[in-house]
Amino acid sequence: MSKVSRRRLITGGLAATAGVSGLAAAALLAERYGLLPPDHGGAYGPGATLTYAAQRVLTAHSLAREFPRSMISKTPFANPAKHPGDAFKRLEAGRFADWRLSVDGMVARPTTFSLPDLRSLPFRSQITEVACEEGWSYIAEWIGTPLGEVLSAVGILPQARYIVYFSADPHWWDSIDMTDALHPQTLLTWGMNDGDLPVPFGGPLRMRVPRQLGYKSVKYIAHLTATDNLKKFGKGLGSAAAEAEDPYAWYVGI
Amino acid sequence: MLCYPTDVSTALKPTAPELKPLVPVPKTVIVRHSGVVRATHWITFLAFVALAYSGGEIVISHPRFYWGEVGNVMTRPLFTLPIPASRRTVPTRYNYVMLDQNGWSRALHIQAAWALLLAGLVYGIYSLWTGHFKKDLFPKPADRTWRAFRDKISKYFRRSPPGEQEDHSYNLMQRTTYLGVIFLLFPLMIWTGLAMSPAFTSAFPLSVILLGGRQSARTIHFFVSWFLLIFLLAHITMVAISGFWSRMRAMIIGRAVVRQKRV
Repeated sequence: MSKVSRRRLITGGLAATAGVSGLAAAALLAERYGLLPPDHGGAYGPGATLTYAAQRVLTAHSLAREFPRSMISKTPFANPAKHPGDAFKRLEAGRFADWRLSVDGMVARPTTFSLPDLRSLPFRSQITEVACEEGWSYIAEWIGTPLGEVLSAVGILPQARYIVYFSADPHWWDSIDMTDALHPQTLLTWGMNDGDLPVPFGGPLRMRVPRQLGYKSVKYIAHLTATDNLKKFGKGLGSAAAEAEDPYAWYVGI
Repeated sequence: MLCYPTDVSTALKPTAPELKPLVPVPKTVIVRHSGVVRATHWITFLAFVALAYSGGEIVISHPRFYWGEVGNVMTRPLFTLPIPASRRTVPTRYNYVMLDQNGWSRALHIQAAWALLLAGLVYGIYSLWTGHFKKDLFPKPADRTWRAFRDKISKYFRRSPPGEQEDHSYNLMQRTTYLGVIFLLFPLMIWTGLAMSPAFTSAFPLSVILLGGRQSARTIHFFVSWFLLIFLLAHITMVAISGFWSRMRAMIIGRAVVRQKRV
């Protein structure tokens, strides 16, 4: 067995130093350019950060695939969600005439919208796929007001970096960065397949983020907040799913 | 992943095989497997074990497979695995729901995929740079015939001892198998994995269209993972048959002890 030569020791040392400082520099750069997801800490942080940073560099403005009308699933699967409670039941009985979406945080004009208010803004219809992290998927037509339209209506401030969205179910909230928030296909959805959005599919109002897996598309949206810092919400990991006992990645464009 | 000498510290001259040594067989230490090959081999191994385990956990949350773009419990599956699921919404023939481990399994799966991809990139660049692919993986020109394959396969069946040159480099069957794993199975795994990413396919829609849809990509991903598992089992079996500890030693410290037939 040959001993490690001085040259190898020096080369190895230099390579290790370069590697460590390269990682540190990469982390600083990621921070500087907003490529660090809020759940970048922990054992699986490096993988989550690489995925988020790579997708932001590669796919920042690309459009999710849209499908022909003939591919709309005849029997879409309504993934059961916990019923958001009695107050929701009363609103449902009133056909959601009293449903309100409040928008606040880093906006010039905090506003509360009724469903007809939202519908009076420019809207968009798109035929996209819902893909669940479990593996199944279906295609539907989604009709709604682009989140970007709502944000410009309330005068989103340039400091805002994330939109946090809350379900009528108090334990269910999530957030997206401004790239996804201002993406033309990110819809506050109120219609599905030419009708009102049914409650099992998230009606009366669902956030559809078609470039991420299904769990980012939170149902029963009642409240939006624009923020520059996700640390102010919950444990600071950006979503209820990321803070669960068995946590799910905040960014899930995968 | 692969083995090969970067240099041979003692020159070994081929000699007539029928000559038997009269003196105790001398041993020679040769150099096998460069540092890059050894490091990327073990990173790949660890990442693969993590990917296979976490992939299994993800599968049990929906042990049904489909073909085409969409598939869910309301549509007909291509096939269903005869196992219970970890989610209540999936109908199975069992009255039992398995422990749901999807959260951390997904995180581990993605992280291990990155480790494997980066190790693969380092290995690929190194191998192109040093000519490792050309020297050690592509079959030698004389071996690029069906006859050479037939001979090598029949040697395996007759369990003939390996030739002397196999102490230093891969034989034809190893080369073919490793090429298949490196240039076919792993790329297909990465491709079908990316084809399930809604963000990736938004920028590169052909990546999923060419596979026939998202559910087809998932089904292919599942089958290719079995090919890789079968490769892993065969690989470990072959290592065990040809001398487990000496091969492990070669892949860990890069040195192998070979018996010289004649000095």
